[in-house]
Amino acid sequence: MAIPFEFGYEKPATIADALHLLDKWGRNARILAGGTDLANELKQGFRVPELLVDIKGLDALEKIKVLDDALHIGALVTFDMVRNSQLVRDHAYILYEAAGLVASSGVRNRATVVGNICSAVACMDSAAPLLVHDAVVHTASLEGEREVPVQDWFVDNRKTLVGEKEMVSHVSIPLPKIKHAGAYQKMMRYTGEDLAAANVGVLLMEDGACRVAFGSVGPIPRRSPEIELFFEKNGVNARHIDQAKDMIGGIISPITDVRATKEYRMHMTKVMFVRAMHAAVERLKKQKI
Amino acid sequence: MKKISFTLNGELRQVDVAPNEILLEVLRYKIGVKSPKCGCDTGDCGACTVILNGKAVRSCLIFAIEINGQEIVTLEGLSKDGLTPLQKALLDRNAFQCGYCAPGMILSATCLMSGNPHPSEEEIKESIAGNLCRCTGYQPVIDAISEVTKKH
Repeated sequence: MAIPFEFGYEKPATIADALHLLDKWGRNARILAGGTDLANELKQGFRVPELLVDIKGLDALEKIKVLDDALHIGALVTFDMVRNSQLVRDHAYILYEAAGLVASSGVRNRATVVGNICSAVACMDSAAPLLVHDAVVHTASLEGEREVPVQDWFVDNRKTLVGEKEMVSHVSIPLPKIKHAGAYQKMMRYTGEDLAAANVGVLLMEDGACRVAFGSVGPIPRRSPEIELFFEKNGVNARHIDQAKDMIGGIISPITDVRATKEYRMHMTKVMFVRAMHAAVERLKKQKI
Repeated sequence: MKKISFTLNGELRQVDVAPNEILLEVLRYKIGVKSPKCGCDTGDCGACTVILNGKAVRSCLIFAIEINGQEIVTLEGLSKDGLTPLQKALLDRNAFQCGYCAPGMILSATCLMSGNPHPSEEEIKESIAGNLCRCTGYQPVIDAISEVTKKH
């Protein structure tokens, strides 16, 4: 299907050039990285930009690196690159795990982690892993750089805190100082295409702290301070995991749509929470560092 | 309109494209390469798969203007010098019925094999998980990929 309207295209050679374009065009410009969401949004007329700013010439954004005690994931890092990164496996295993469940290899070769949190569709796979890792979104504009905790980043379905003259340069994940283990669970109809009908991410720390995030069961993915506090007070064990499961009904607000009913989403979120918690407990036992 | 140059199946091509033109449509209707198919047009079905700089991608989700200076391989390029061993194995097994998914399936499997000459059955299934087929039930396709990756 052809895209039924016209727009311009620029491929800036430097980040400064990209920021100048954004400064001039504002909300009429849209950043193009992998394009797997954007092409669909334009075909559907959900977005009608006047200019696409293709950032794929900005090699500096294509890096996964550790800097200042944080794992940096640049705006051009694809899910395929995440799957092949030992740094991600070592420091944010749950992101590696989630990346392997994103659509299919043909999409993972193109789609980016940063694009995923900029499209901010409620069912995105990156959000829960980034939420439990207290990740930070780094934006840039001509006015300077900003750091936004990923907890605050999502405003509504498909809406984020990105400013109209800003782009996201990278996300950073603070390296946990103590032993930790995460687990990601995704409910879908079949492998190879599907968006999450619900997803759960958990991160367990050696000192007993536990972080829990739910996705696709509300307008935005969110952490659950209720469950985290419950584990902080009571500790993590099989009985408490079961009790925490029963709290989920009051925490998430799934809807019925083409992919699942709200009842099924609710039920499966509880099942996946228990599975993720047990997986994380087991993984933590095996962790060396 | 902007003139873009790219390598298509080993040959340098130049074509005028507007920014709103999708790669799949430019390949099929401006250049006449018909192996990439339009199935779902949303990146789910894999019928439009092409190899871009060595990686299988969805040509229905790529703006043609993005591939300026890049390298594209389609099924036509793959079988320039006759059928590949994988294609022969698929043919021997009658692995496809309507054939609509075949180009994408073959390109996805070819990409897998280029980076991983001896994949496990799980890896084979994962590589074609995004290529939907409504005829075969997938098993003969998986068998054919297994056969040629065991031989080599």
